[in-house]
Amino acid sequence: MPQIQIPSPLRQYSGKQASINVPAKTVGEALAGLVSQHPDLKRHLYNDEGKLRTFVNVYVNDEDMRYLQKEATELKDGDTISIVPSIAGGGTI
Amino acid sequence: MLLCLSFRCYVLPVVNKNPMATISDVKPAEALLSNDEILRYSRHLIMPEVGMEGQQKLKAAKVLCIGAGGLGSPLALYLTAAGVGTLGIVDFDVVDYTNLQRQIIHTTADVGRKKLDSAADKLTAINPYLNLRTFDTKLTSANALELFREFDIVADGTDNFPTRYLVNDACVLTGKPNVYGSIFRFEGQASVFATEDGPCYRCLYPEPPPPGLVPSCAEGGVLGILPGLVGVIQATETIKLILGQGDPLVGRLLLVDALGMKFRELKLRKNPDCPVCGTHRTITELIDYDQFCGIRGQEEPAGNDIPSISVEDLKKKLDAKADVFILDVREPHEYQICHLNGYLIPVGDLPKRVSELDSSREIVAHCKMGGRSAKAVNFLRRAGFTKVYNLTGGITAWAERIDPKMPKY
Repeated sequence: MPQIQIPSPLRQYSGKQASINVPAKTVGEALAGLVSQHPDLKRHLYNDEGKLRTFVNVYVNDEDMRYLQKEATELKDGDTISIVPSIAGGGTI
Repeated sequence: MLLCLSFRCYVLPVVNKNPMATISDVKPAEALLSNDEILRYSRHLIMPEVGMEGQQKLKAAKVLCIGAGGLGSPLALYLTAAGVGTLGIVDFDVVDYTNLQRQIIHTTADVGRKKLDSAADKLTAINPYLNLRTFDTKLTSANALELFREFDIVADGTDNFPTRYLVNDACVLTGKPNVYGSIFRFEGQASVFATEDGPCYRCLYPEPPPPGLVPSCAEGGVLGILPGLVGVIQATETIKLILGQGDPLVGRLLLVDALGMKFRELKLRKNPDCPVCGTHRTITELIDYDQFCGIRGQEEPAGNDIPSISVEDLKKKLDAKADVFILDVREPHEYQICHLNGYLIPVGDLPKRVSELDSSREIVAHCKMGGRSAKAVNFLRRAGFTKVYNLTGGITAWAERIDPKMPKY
């Protein structure tokens, strides 16, 4: 089962879990499964049009899914999906 | 002694084995080392990867460090110790007590001083041969290009999105490598952007998150040693770029997880559609980065139109034994530091715990500074609560103006 790594800024919306296993054949299915398990994550990952936000990158193992088949990228057993949001540092904005 | 003398006369016609167009104006052959410097850098000089040639490259190099804070502290300290000849630092901030947990270039005695003055004392004490150039200013679209052109490499130790995009774009436009590091809580990122063939920050993140969607370090905190880990990685990459040695973090994003003590590496590609470094560039000059990042004017405490109450008025109500329900929307670990005997529901839990609140009562919501509680008030108003108010300035304003014995954090 593919494992999704949740970065610390988003863990407050994933029940504090750092990684979550989601049964899925593609990246799109895995993310949909994640969001249905943790609905609070949805607005942080997707915009109002239902597209992934541009400051959230999704990696399959060490490869950016934008350079694979995006959400249609097929997953193998043991694949790790990483959500990598942009972080800026200490400033209050 | 004789050996030293012969070293000193050993002026190399330096050939950079790994030439980078971006640092071509470094003239190591002219950067002669004195005998004192040769002694100082002896542990470098006896390594073939550095040697006299490399040390002279370091001395000839000009590195601009953006910020003298968490990342800037280890960066500036190590680059200075290593013998980087010219170090520029841009900062306009003043040292405060909350900086000392991680900004190791500053000491308790420096609180209240300009970070530049504090940093300058430490750096010149470590290495009197340093040519330190301090820029007491905010980096802006008006000054960035001119400033960057005077340096070979830019090390980004900033703490906010507008400056990150500004640094990136200015690096791309001036052709200077951007040695990037960023931190949040116990996770960090590092990479080298904007080299001639490598990706830039916008290839990775075309746009910043809207304000408020991702918590800042001031809200989320940061482990004090983390900027040390990441800043030292930045310093290492800077030194490698100058020496032309090793494999720089070009096209790679290093993720540091201090809690799991795991280092992971992700592949970065140059995005052909990147607006600043792609094939059809739409950004050919610096823009208004505050506007780009959705920040209008100064960092207003969220939501001026939200019904609010001052700490003075709340105090009067409490003294008059008025029926006021105080809702604390901070996290439990913040409640442990100080509290107003409020009812604790962290803002993230509010949607599922809203039934615990009585909408007929007057509710004053507060957090640390007023940002999260503004969101909470917004949420509750939309949920039908009509008598809910935001405590302006949060518990920090209470500590400053009502109860000076209360700790601030």
